[in-house]
Amino acid sequence: MADLFDGIWWSGYVWPTLITILLILCIMIPIMLSVAYLTLAERKVIGWMQLRKGPNVVGPFGLLQPIADALKLLMKETIIPAGANPVLFLIAPMLTFVLALIAWAVIPFSDGMVLADINVGVLYLFAISSLGVYGIIIAGWASNSKYAFLGALRSAAQMVSYEVSIGFVIVTVLLCVGSLNLSDIVRSQAGGGFWNWYFLPLLPMFVVFIISALAETNRAPFDLPEAEAELVSGYNVEYSAMAFALFFLGEYANMILMSGMTVVLFLGGWLPPVDAQPFTWIPGPIWFAIKIAFVLFIFLWVRATFPRYRYDQLMRLGWKVFLPLSLFWVIATAGFLVAFDLLPHSMN
Amino acid sequence: MASLDRTARSFLLAELLGGMALTLKMMFSPKHTINYPYEKGPLSPRFRGEHALRRYPNGEERCIACKLCEAVCPAQAITIEAEPRADGSRRTTRYDIDMTKCIYCGYCQEACPVDAIVEGPNYEFATETREELFYNKDKLLANGERWESEIAANLELDAPYR
Repeated sequence: MADLFDGIWWSGYVWPTLITILLILCIMIPIMLSVAYLTLAERKVIGWMQLRKGPNVVGPFGLLQPIADALKLLMKETIIPAGANPVLFLIAPMLTFVLALIAWAVIPFSDGMVLADINVGVLYLFAISSLGVYGIIIAGWASNSKYAFLGALRSAAQMVSYEVSIGFVIVTVLLCVGSLNLSDIVRSQAGGGFWNWYFLPLLPMFVVFIISALAETNRAPFDLPEAEAELVSGYNVEYSAMAFALFFLGEYANMILMSGMTVVLFLGGWLPPVDAQPFTWIPGPIWFAIKIAFVLFIFLWVRATFPRYRYDQLMRLGWKVFLPLSLFWVIATAGFLVAFDLLPHSMN
Repeated sequence: MASLDRTARSFLLAELLGGMALTLKMMFSPKHTINYPYEKGPLSPRFRGEHALRRYPNGEERCIACKLCEAVCPAQAITIEAEPRADGSRRTTRYDIDMTKCIYCGYCQEACPVDAIVEGPNYEFATETREELFYNKDKLLANGERWESEIAANLELDAPYR
């Protein structure tokens, strides 16, 4: 037993596991805090844009509002409807929440600051974000309620539609990078300032990606799965207390994740906007956070501005506008890269 | 040409960006929120709030038990019983308003020939129990004493229009 602790078992298995768990906590806790304060930021920003003040009573400037909300949800009772499938009903919110968090494993916060520096990071991200739809489908089915079921169906159709164009957008970026490693994608945007980031040369794709990200995370104006006016609240009608909170957290963590993806693919990840003295003093993770906050602000801004799409309009936009547009841009980018011999070296 | 123009505008997201510019501008303009318990909005002199029974300046109650308010009340929220007092004048022995029935139409104060029953400017009279909203004569007279200055000022402001 004694040699177990000083043997390979300790240094080769237990110690790395402990370190990994510690690193996971270092990523998760800031994300959970950002999710909590994203809900406050959303209410504040939308309030300001509607000429209101937003929450300002709990704590200074309402800063304790997320804590009050979390406490309220924790104290409430989790109600499982009599007709529901209890196992699936409880698995669905956990699935949504876990899937929103495990994707962060491959996101590079700074050069080398990444939990799993895998070479197929983009594929991993894409796969995880596609899996997110299962949480919603399971929730809709297990609730045994027509509103929840319709919301889940809508959500599934919507996510599948917009993942196609997101896939093509990612392909155009990958054509320019020549690697599926997210750190490599950021590194290939280095050297110079923001004019080296991909959002300028691939501007139409950047816009398509942002709009598809809105649809992918079920955010306004594509929040059809939870269209309050038609479906009460969509796939999560039957949920209460912590199960509901997990859906809520999952949705907002997904928003942050899609913003992180946008930043990595188009806005130069951890790189400063100008490669000069005062900007390079600020460390990479801070730049990364600032850029994510900017993209998140666009999410909230869009929600405060636009009314909800009709379902057929949503499908038309996804299949008849974005799909041909992104397909065209994949071919145009590839043709341009081949014609001017600009293909990244690792692909030659 | 018009269709080309329309297509270009839709692909350049002209309308959408215009809308977003407007919301961004609104984000930095002054807010309309009234911080309610600490700030309150203005009230019209005609505001119809909580009821009050008024008295004359000499302390005599105005109500002469004509029961016009009871008769006109569309919600039948008012109950009045009356008999002659010792000095021979006609006064109410009972004047109840069920505030849970009242629809705040103001017909009672319109019907009153002596401006006895009025709807004052108070709208913050929520209670914790239903029973507390069954007002009797004592409660209504107490309201009259509490709000007399405001009620008198409002009646005076509204008098030119009657």
